[in-house]
Amino acid sequence: MATAQNRAAYARHRRRLPWGDISRYASLVVLALIALAPVFVMFATSLKELVEIQSRVPRWLFMPTLTNYETIITQYRFIPYLISSAVIGLGSTAITLLTAGMAAFALARMRFPGRGLIAQTTLIIRMIPPAVLAVTVIGFWIAWGIGDLVPGISFTLPSGLGRGLFLDGSQLGLMLFYTALNLPFSIWLLFGFIRQIPVELEEAAIVDGANLFQVLFRVIFPLMGAGFAVSAIFTFRIAWNEFILALMLTNRFTKTLPVFAAEFIRDDGVQWGQMMAVGTLIVIPPMLLTFFAAKQIIQGVAAGAVKG
Amino acid sequence: MRTSRIVPFLFLAPALAILVLGLLVPLYNAVLLSFYDWNFGQPWSAARFLGRANFERLFSDPTVWNSLRTTFVFGFWVVALEMLLGVGLALLLEKAVRGATFFRTIFVMPLMIAPVVVGLVWRYLLDARNGIVNYYLTQIGQAVPFLENLGFKSHAWLGDPSLALVSIIVSDVWQWTPFVFMIVLAGLQGLPGDVMEAAYIDGANWWRMTWHVKLPMLRNILLIALLMRVIDVFRALEVIYVMTGGGPGSATRVLSLTLFQTAFTSRDLGYASTIALLLSVILVVFSLALLLISNPLKDRSDF
Repeated sequence: MATAQNRAAYARHRRRLPWGDISRYASLVVLALIALAPVFVMFATSLKELVEIQSRVPRWLFMPTLTNYETIITQYRFIPYLISSAVIGLGSTAITLLTAGMAAFALARMRFPGRGLIAQTTLIIRMIPPAVLAVTVIGFWIAWGIGDLVPGISFTLPSGLGRGLFLDGSQLGLMLFYTALNLPFSIWLLFGFIRQIPVELEEAAIVDGANLFQVLFRVIFPLMGAGFAVSAIFTFRIAWNEFILALMLTNRFTKTLPVFAAEFIRDDGVQWGQMMAVGTLIVIPPMLLTFFAAKQIIQGVAAGAVKG
Repeated sequence: MRTSRIVPFLFLAPALAILVLGLLVPLYNAVLLSFYDWNFGQPWSAARFLGRANFERLFSDPTVWNSLRTTFVFGFWVVALEMLLGVGLALLLEKAVRGATFFRTIFVMPLMIAPVVVGLVWRYLLDARNGIVNYYLTQIGQAVPFLENLGFKSHAWLGDPSLALVSIIVSDVWQWTPFVFMIVLAGLQGLPGDVMEAAYIDGANWWRMTWHVKLPMLRNILLIALLMRVIDVFRALEVIYVMTGGGPGSATRVLSLTLFQTAFTSRDLGYASTIALLLSVILVVFSLALLLISNPLKDRSDF
């Protein structure tokens, strides 16, 4: 059969072209090295003594030391800032998943006036940069006294709420912005996942006497593990890595790690060793996420572009 | 599902409240403040209504237009290089090889690293005195004198205006090429096999397949990747802030950095809000374009 021959020829062609496997692997290895080299240099530098860092000749073999890590923990407030970062990162992730899940459920399963408007507006304003948010709210924050204050002793509504949760107004503010920045992406990602769940499951639950909240929390949410995973990774990444809003809105008690890392640039030079130690520790959680969930991340990146 | 009118809003309320407080209120503030003269640290009662003075200043402000031009130059090179490299690599490495998952995991990593850390690391690599890049360039230049004349020597990467721009372009290309690469790779792997087969049977070689079949079929995906990179270029601030702070002079001062410095160095929140409005308008226009090409909610229902 002509088709069968063609098909076999095409299969051979797929195997042969355009490159051989060896050059393919060689280029993959080179690219991997380029992708990893800066991170590796950062890690290596964080293990070097000051003398070693200041030498003009970079050495790849050296006696590693944990001095820089010791310094940032004992002489700086690394631990409080780590806790602040973790609380803000995990807190905004949790709030994003819960509120985005509820909103996605309403958008996916109910018809009501204004539904299209809400969905479209959300997608249009999702690209507003953190710098715009920082610039347009900071003046009011300072004027209202939600700025550089001792945590626990203070002020108006947001912080009063925060005190009850052992949070500072600035941390609550950051959680609000990180959640807002992530909600649009999360809502329509979860929207896609809910759409794939057969409606019959929900109808059955309603027939059995469940109300809509029970349907959402008992039937739908348990089926959305994959969607929540993708959404959590992307939300956590933004909240954990963000710098500009955190720089402007946190005070000396509530700084996040990216702000802390940048502080090693001083007028009298840069403390490279300590900075690289903080940088290495900042990079670890996202790296671990990458190792365990590379597939979900690629899925999320592709979903951001290709209709998910 | 048939429900009463209020029920959908019970489910939407938390998300809407956060979106309103976190995105719409700041945008409203930007509009409001752009009509005022108000400095950082002043009480609101000290604000002075200016009318459209801030807008007149915006349109004749060389700082803003220069930074917009810098953004375009930076954006042009970044987007061009990332698209070329990303698409090229995706085409070359399209075929599944053993260990593809491993390599993909590694290529995802730059995307996950905090931009501020990326900026700090590149600042270290490109350090004029102790930087690794300069060290190896010098070594190569000394070993092969011919190459020394081609630039294989020590450079003041972040101290020279044009090299500083090159430096921030390099760091951005390093971080974001994988993004384009993965989007295009996903697109390539989603192409229908029978179409590729038919093109081959019709006698198309690799180049023809790529130019006349694959890339045209990926047109939308390529456009989306392009637009997303353009949007990110206008948002980019952190890497530039820690690598050069906009310097030397104003060589790397992009629009978002001008916004930041107007607010926090000049402490002029009113005018900064006017610039914020300009930046927001640019981004909303690109977001609308993106939405026209790929509306995630389209053909799902009647949005």
